[in-house]
Amino acid sequence: MKPAPFEYVRADTVPEALAALGGADDARVLAGGQSLVPIMALRLATPEVLVDVSRAPELREHRSDGGVLTVGAGVTDRELELDAGVRAAHPLLVRTLSLIAHPEIRARGTLCGSLAHADPAAELPALLLATDGEVEVAGDAGRRRVPAAEFVTGPFTTALADGEMVVAAHLPLPGPGSGWAVDEIARRPGDYALAGVVCGVELDGAGRCAGARVALFGVAATPVRAHGAERVLDGAVPDDAALDAAAAAAFDGVDVIGDEVHASAGYRRRAGAALVRRALTAAVRAAGEGA
Amino acid sequence: MTVAGEPVRVRLSVNGRAEVGLAEPRTTLAEFLREELGLTGTHVGCEQGVCGACTVVVDGAAVRGCLMFAVQADGRAVETVEGLAAEGGMHPLQRAFWDAQALQCGFCTPGLLMTALVALRERPEWTREALRERLSGNLCRCTGYSTVLDAVLAAGRAGAGDGGDDGSAGAGAPASGEAGPR
Repeated sequence: MKPAPFEYVRADTVPEALAALGGADDARVLAGGQSLVPIMALRLATPEVLVDVSRAPELREHRSDGGVLTVGAGVTDRELELDAGVRAAHPLLVRTLSLIAHPEIRARGTLCGSLAHADPAAELPALLLATDGEVEVAGDAGRRRVPAAEFVTGPFTTALADGEMVVAAHLPLPGPGSGWAVDEIARRPGDYALAGVVCGVELDGAGRCAGARVALFGVAATPVRAHGAERVLDGAVPDDAALDAAAAAAFDGVDVIGDEVHASAGYRRRAGAALVRRALTAAVRAAGEGA
Repeated sequence: MTVAGEPVRVRLSVNGRAEVGLAEPRTTLAEFLREELGLTGTHVGCEQGVCGACTVVVDGAAVRGCLMFAVQADGRAVETVEGLAAEGGMHPLQRAFWDAQALQCGFCTPGLLMTALVALRERPEWTREALRERLSGNLCRCTGYSTVLDAVLAAGRAGAGDGGDDGSAGAGAPASGEAGPR
């Protein structure tokens, strides 16, 4: 066995989980464990206590209500992916989930766990950012909702305070008249993205872009909005020239991670811009079809 | 609450049999199956979720046996490669691997079989391209995957994924040659 010894607590309610989290200096929440267990096997993480919340009934629920999909912290990616209601309500989420690792990982991995882990190359934090989602957090002081843009604060770092845990994610459903796309570049299916994008455009009656949302992942220390691309598109007719210009501006102001073993910074910029172009094309087409 | 490192009792079903054993919290499900229950058909490769050799089926889903602690499997129904040939003869999927020469050293085979079993339960008919991606979480360093795809496609045509774990898998199907009794 590779992980260091730890104490295991199965929490069947959120208060139980919070009590266990508050009772140790280095306690971690265990949901699907598909990110946490590998880093424990590598002893990059050596928590004293693991608080397993995966069976807490209140965290095992997901529901669509008032244009928002709420996903509890115990809901696995695969459950969402195979759920007929989710497939109909949020196809962008289902496409995003399909890019994550392999079905065997998604069978255990959770959406909220991916948000809390905050891997810079992860798809779901970028989806939440692009769609203005919120993370619902519980702690001793009660519950609060953190907007996606404020939740991930650095690589593998979030706005969660000591003793807090993610209990749910709130994902606004893409509205009518908007078109969305997600895409990534990875060496093989299931690998971490070298560059990825989630984007959406809304078209007005005249075919102009009434709003664009572009979030990049795998290219910076956190998922990041491509404000440069969004500004180019706002109010513009999204023709080839506009989409070219948007893609060219996608990395404006983005602090791209430096050269590393998987890709150079230049590769991420060039390939990422091409990816943005491709995804925007798909999003505009989807918006046109939906209008 | 448990004391760190102290073994705890784990009760679960493995291949339809009620089992009970002791596991430290840090013991993975794959290690528990091998070392506590003596089911060494499940192989342990990378121990960090990359290679797929330890894939087992938990409550109907193929999962990494190295990314789940045994304590998390408490009360769950686990299927391992030993369950495929429970009655002695080869399962149609195993027979298809044999016929297609879909293994050489065999280290990855139990994991591939369990992943393929679930894939065929999801749907028997796969395109070669979709199946290639569906099985892409299982690494094989011998075959180059071609014969693995041949085997799983053939097993799907022969109905190897039918029936789930109720013991009827492959029953009545004109499997490739001499399908096992299961």
